[in-house]
Amino acid sequence: MLREAAVGAYQMLLIVLFAPLLTGIIKKTKAFFQTRKGPRVFQPYYDLYKYMQKESVVSEHASWIFRVTPHIYLASMLTAAAIVPVVATKSFLDFTGDLILIIYLFALARFFLALAGLDAGSAFGGMGSSREMAVAAISEPAFMLPLFTMAVAAGTTNLTGIVESVINGGEGVLTLAHLMSFVALFIVAVAETGRIPVDNPDTHLELTMIHEGMMLEYSGKNLALLSVAVSIKQLLIFTLLVNIFFPWGIASAFGIGALIFGSLVFILKVTVIGIIMAIVETSFAKTRLFKVPDLLLGSFFIGLIGLVSKFVFRG
Amino acid sequence: MPVSAESLFVFMLGSLLLGAILSYVLQKKPHISIFMGYSFASMASLSGLILGPTLLLSERSLEIILPWSIFGTALQFTVDPLTAFFITVISVLGLSASVFSYGYARAYIGKQNVGLLGLFYNLFIFSMLALVSSSNTFMFLLFWEIMSLVSYFLVVFEHQDYRVRRAGFIYIVMTHIGTAFLIIAFLILYNETGSYLLFSQYAGVSQSLSPTMKSVIFILVTLGFGTKAGIVPLHIWLPKAHPAAPSNVSALMSGIMLKTAIYGFIRITFGVLGTGPLWWGGLILIIGAVSALLGVMYALMEHDIKGLLAYHSVENIGIILLGIGSALIFVSDGSHHLAMIGLTAGLFHTFNHAVFKGLLFLGAGAVHYATHTRDIEEMGGLLKRMPWTGFFFLIGSISISAIPPFNGFASEWMTFQSLLGLGTANLGAGINIMGPILAAALALTGALAAACFVKAFGIMFLALPRSAKAEKAKEVPRTMLVGMGLLASLCFLFGVVPSLVIDLLSPVTASLLSVVTIQMGGYDWLAITSIIEQGTVLGATSISPVIMLAVLMLCALLVYLIFTRFGKFRKTRIDETWNCGVAQTSNMEYTATSFSKPIRIMFRAIFRPTRKIEKEYVLKPYFTSRIKYKGGIKPFFEDTLYRPQFRFFLKLANKFTVLQSGSIQLYLSYIFVTLVVLLIFAR
Repeated sequence: MLREAAVGAYQMLLIVLFAPLLTGIIKKTKAFFQTRKGPRVFQPYYDLYKYMQKESVVSEHASWIFRVTPHIYLASMLTAAAIVPVVATKSFLDFTGDLILIIYLFALARFFLALAGLDAGSAFGGMGSSREMAVAAISEPAFMLPLFTMAVAAGTTNLTGIVESVINGGEGVLTLAHLMSFVALFIVAVAETGRIPVDNPDTHLELTMIHEGMMLEYSGKNLALLSVAVSIKQLLIFTLLVNIFFPWGIASAFGIGALIFGSLVFILKVTVIGIIMAIVETSFAKTRLFKVPDLLLGSFFIGLIGLVSKFVFRG
Repeated sequence: MPVSAESLFVFMLGSLLLGAILSYVLQKKPHISIFMGYSFASMASLSGLILGPTLLLSERSLEIILPWSIFGTALQFTVDPLTAFFITVISVLGLSASVFSYGYARAYIGKQNVGLLGLFYNLFIFSMLALVSSSNTFMFLLFWEIMSLVSYFLVVFEHQDYRVRRAGFIYIVMTHIGTAFLIIAFLILYNETGSYLLFSQYAGVSQSLSPTMKSVIFILVTLGFGTKAGIVPLHIWLPKAHPAAPSNVSALMSGIMLKTAIYGFIRITFGVLGTGPLWWGGLILIIGAVSALLGVMYALMEHDIKGLLAYHSVENIGIILLGIGSALIFVSDGSHHLAMIGLTAGLFHTFNHAVFKGLLFLGAGAVHYATHTRDIEEMGGLLKRMPWTGFFFLIGSISISAIPPFNGFASEWMTFQSLLGLGTANLGAGINIMGPILAAALALTGALAAACFVKAFGIMFLALPRSAKAEKAKEVPRTMLVGMGLLASLCFLFGVVPSLVIDLLSPVTASLLSVVTIQMGGYDWLAITSIIEQGTVLGATSISPVIMLAVLMLCALLVYLIFTRFGKFRKTRIDETWNCGVAQTSNMEYTATSFSKPIRIMFRAIFRPTRKIEKEYVLKPYFTSRIKYKGGIKPFFEDTLYRPQFRFFLKLANKFTVLQSGSIQLYLSYIFVTLVVLLIFAR
């Protein structure tokens, strides 16, 4: 029991501490491909420290929703981090939630951030909220379908159950359905983490921003909370991506050796995903907002092909 | 001495009738009339709230035969587990709406007859309670018709407005089309068995029905109850009738009147028809998914807050049908354990929808009470002016968007699990593929609902007021807040401890499917659990909303501590919104129309948006003096399904005007000819 709690706390801590670094690595990689020097990989940590030292300004028109949103956003990401298997298949709270709960915890965070975007009354915030909810609406089915395909294969929506069933399946699980679902979820991950071609995380240019628009009014400590929460969300989505589809190397037991090995493999895997994401970002242009549905519809159909092939070819 | 359940039942129905009469008699003294009317309604609901759960927990059924009869049929009531569950649902919302009405109905004093409102209000709850307790088809239809008529009078309560009368007309036409299907279905049953048997006796007889006959009855009840429940495309009356009615009535109509259709559907399909072919469930699943998706999409385009909520009822009926449809599929396969999950999901969502939709309609009523408008484009900034109403409305919004830790999530989780069951069942690839696709549809529905309620709550309650009406809004009277608060706390309670409701459902599934809901040792109250078939064994999945909430609170506390302890500045500065250096005014804010624009464009194939721009120039083409913009969406079903039929009947009616010359002699000769013809044929 105590051991499980310790491992659970360790996994949460790893997610929180590593998340800003991953953001830094992605930025550095992007800079490399754009033949820039770019900020240091540790820059996100310095940014967080700087935000914590700054004064927070809250709009006179805003209500309490605006003030509680950063807390709710970060707390729901931390809760999700306690449920997702990171370095070990089992975690302290794996019985608490499943992938449906994870998706809806993200929805809880998004709901409040979108409200906060509207709260100050600025048109930028409203624009961000409106676009975020629209993109989220069409990415949600594309998010659910591949995950549900995996859940059907495992016979449960519990994440530990899914990860274990993939490990127990050996190499036999690498079917067309498996790979198609992975590709589909990867495309959704682009949208969910707010990256090019869906959204541009590096800009405050009013015509293109989605996610940044909602956060525009935040400053100081509030901004620090939201920034770290957004990094954590990104890492959690990458974690789902690697641990559900390629869980090999994850610790099945709580031995110290297995945990260290599991942590190293985990960091390696999500870093690879991050670098691929950076390559995708540099090789595409941002699409128009109203072309985003085509992209996500494509992802949905890839997921659908995966699903159909699973039952039609039985493999 | 303990009160017997029978007398409590009679007391419940009796006090509603008494409340109706007193409220009407005392109409000259409106304050007393309001007090009497809603006190009796509250008392009745309170006794229903004691009666329902007590019967469910003690697993008892009641048989009550009153010493009167109507048209030769004895007034007999049966309260079996399914009925007891629906009595509970009706009473929960009945109580909250009645408490809310003490304050709300005062707004009508001097404008409308509040005594009449009290009369119909009490009769409305009475007819719904009597309907779900009816023992036989005859009484069922009788109370069904009373319910329809009373609700029609409530819809047209503010009949001075032309639009209200029109909404009422559409409602009464649609509801009678539905009733016609039901009458045919019940007549077929009558014809096969030879009497108005009790529902329980029909169940035995229906086994001898031919499969075709069973399917015909199934289709008829689907159409009949579907019209009342508001499935697409039979939903068109809903978004018109609900906004027209007073808000306390809209809450009842949307929260529980639609559910009586769900009750009737379950009673006939599970209780009477029993096992059917696989396509029954498939049909209900497709109807459910289509209703859920189209309901929420049309809701997004609606800016009348009550119309928006009415479309969300269509959506939620769809979600309920997803659970019930998968249960039907498993019933036809004989897997009653899996059917239990689907039925539990459907009934749990029925309860939850009653609670959060009731809350939202009461909230809309409170906002209307304070601002005298239902158009959300005229609101804004209400959270600061009406903090409690805003808080309760937020809870309702989160619940309906299926966001944890509130009750909408708990029942949608169960629905997802029943769809997972479809994905893993041994029922062929078609149904297996259907499971995840429906799950994706449900996910889309949930995300669109969240978008819709970000819009509704954000535009209504946040930022700056958009009109003088919203500017001057004040918090509503305390009784109204108590009514909403009661429902809001239930949203939270059932979301955190779903087993409260799931345990109540155990006797219901036991009586319909002979399977009780899941119990998990001593920890069952901590979690919701679902089972699915894995090869030959049953595998369980569970989540624990309580522990999730505890973790969430703990994390929030931790974040708060870090937030307050670290950093140079302890206080936040209040300042202007950053607006490129221009002072912020309310007409710079995003409106509901602009908020929903991306979705309107992304789903343009469904909405078919129209727009008209008219410009007036001072000097063409550079200096415009006025721009008029008119945008909207095409009402697809009205245009393609209803209008052609409407036109056809109008044309047909025109043809018959030849017969109507206006001469009374001619009419008398018609009567004579008819008489002769009848005498010849009906010897």
